[in-house]
Amino acid sequence: MSPKTLYDKIWDAHVAHEADDGTCLLYIDRHLVHEVTSPQAFEGLRMAGRTVRKPEQTIAVPDHNVPTTLDRANAETMTEDSRIQVAALDKNAKDFGLHYYPVSDVRQGIVHIVGPEQGWTLPGMTVVCGDSHTATHGAFGALAHGIGTSEVEHVLATQTLIQKKSKNMKVEITGKLRPGVTAKDITLTVIGETGTAGGTGYVIEYCGEAIRDLSMEGRMTVCNMAIEGGARAGLIAPDEKTFAYCEGRPHAPKGAEWDAAVTYWKTLFTDEGAHFDKVITIRGEDIAPVVTWGTSPEDVLPITAKVPSSTDFEGGKVGAAQRSLDYMDLTPGTPLSEIEIDTVFIGSCTNGRIEDLRAAAEILKGKKKKDGLRAMVVPGSGLVRAQAEEEGLADIFKEAGFEWRLAGCSMCLAMNPDQLKPGERCAATSNRNFEGRQGRGGRTHLMSPAMAAAAAITGKLTDVRELS
Amino acid sequence: MEKFTTLSGIAAPMPLVNVDTDMIIPKQFLKTIKRSGLGANLFDEMRFNLDGTEIADFILNQPAYRDAQILVAGDNFGCGSSRERAPWAIADFGIRCVISTSFADIFYNNCFKNGILPIVLPEDQRDAAMKDAEKGANARIEVDLETQTVTLSDGTCYAFEVDAFKKHCLLNGLDDIGLTMEKVTAIDTFEATSAASRPWI
Repeated sequence: MSPKTLYDKIWDAHVAHEADDGTCLLYIDRHLVHEVTSPQAFEGLRMAGRTVRKPEQTIAVPDHNVPTTLDRANAETMTEDSRIQVAALDKNAKDFGLHYYPVSDVRQGIVHIVGPEQGWTLPGMTVVCGDSHTATHGAFGALAHGIGTSEVEHVLATQTLIQKKSKNMKVEITGKLRPGVTAKDITLTVIGETGTAGGTGYVIEYCGEAIRDLSMEGRMTVCNMAIEGGARAGLIAPDEKTFAYCEGRPHAPKGAEWDAAVTYWKTLFTDEGAHFDKVITIRGEDIAPVVTWGTSPEDVLPITAKVPSSTDFEGGKVGAAQRSLDYMDLTPGTPLSEIEIDTVFIGSCTNGRIEDLRAAAEILKGKKKKDGLRAMVVPGSGLVRAQAEEEGLADIFKEAGFEWRLAGCSMCLAMNPDQLKPGERCAATSNRNFEGRQGRGGRTHLMSPAMAAAAAITGKLTDVRELS
Repeated sequence: MEKFTTLSGIAAPMPLVNVDTDMIIPKQFLKTIKRSGLGANLFDEMRFNLDGTEIADFILNQPAYRDAQILVAGDNFGCGSSRERAPWAIADFGIRCVISTSFADIFYNNCFKNGILPIVLPEDQRDAAMKDAEKGANARIEVDLETQTVTLSDGTCYAFEVDAFKKHCLLNGLDDIGLTMEKVTAIDTFEATSAASRPWI
């Protein structure tokens, strides 16, 4: 038998039907659903007289629209259209018998944080959601990717997706990371290297010592942004850390079933000599704490660098870079560490987990945010929030002058009231710096939680290594 | 789904690279629970000022391109969020075909579910189509899905690749779910096998 990649193995284990032209019906083990991309899919089911084939494998949670202020139980905190969208999910989850974590449930949070936390996401699974950051779940060695609403309806009705296999890409991060460098810096650096279209048509497997050394939280951060590199999915082979994370979670297998699962999961790795269509290798020690300067996640530079000029680029990127510089109101040659910010956002499915909050709190301990700066921490789930309170992190944030919020997607995409105003500049731990992403006219610099915390203290983009 | 067979229409040039789905349809329009009516807000923040007036130099606001049915776009069109409201807005505006050198994966798939044909051409051919589109409303581009060809206004004809199954569905306006339901026995069999080998699913 020819050697297989991890992706090959998971793919092969989920093909329910293959047509002569290679078009497959891929079986979906877990379908995650949120309020924004699902209402039209449920409406389509109803209109066609169809039902949800596997409600017990379908998990729903509202996250994009929900306010994160403490008064959110008051319906007035949501706009009418947001309220309608959340109410539609409430109704659909109830009517079709899905697993559901409503806004009032302490387990509610960002769908990509709730899935792993509750043990829905397990190695070797196929996981989809009408959300591009479904790539997050690849950290478990699960094949996980975002889909459109028509595909959401298709999965609800058939528990399968019509798919053709992607190509295999290996991204190896060798050696150790330097102090102050995190999973976020790895994933941004990879995108800076490949570009936002570099992964198009591929599933990426991240490997190498620096990846193995990451916690599960860090691995989720890396895989989360695979989509920003254009890849269909990102994967990391499961290991003892993965099993330890999963064990005992509410929906993880127990007893003999657990033992059987682990035995199977241990077969989920890329065989020696398996073929990759593309290989990228980066030395861990070459990765610096990075920030984005432009309006594409590929606009990545070490914090020690300067704002580039559009003439540093070629082809279509020249115009795009100039447009970015204009939008971001930046002058070429300015040291990145001199860029002043007025907002700090710590949270999102990229960096809203407990480890992220610990990293930010470590920088903020005993310090204050700069006067006049607006800073908020939005935990990724109610359980992350509870744990952070138990560990004393919430007190550190509050004493530093941060708002301590309830769980949701919040200012990552600003569908709820947490938005930037035109011209405001934000140090954000989220995943996209697109024009208008955090609010029309708002300017976003992406970075790690530790870097965002450092920026909160100084009021400008800051090299965290100089603070600690 | 609406069929796509042939299209002869005005093509609007949009050379910007990495046009993301946040640009195509900003987040404030994701709150609808309907599929229809999004064309009014296509490219909203690039197309309209804060007071709702048109930004005159935006391509789709220019007289020659207000009725464009084809978009010739920069590399990596449709990147970012999976929001299917992006193709819904494009189709609702009246654009049925987008030509670029590359598309983001999820957006590309979403197009085929909504009667939109995304065409990938090599850079030089896309650039030629872009130049053609820049001529304005008198330059019409013709697209034929059956023969898999794009013809520019000067008669230059390019062939393009498209997945046979996707082509079949688009040509005939077929409903994916209906087609998959025909294979329900295969799904039943897979589930039965899986229940035994991976009971934790």
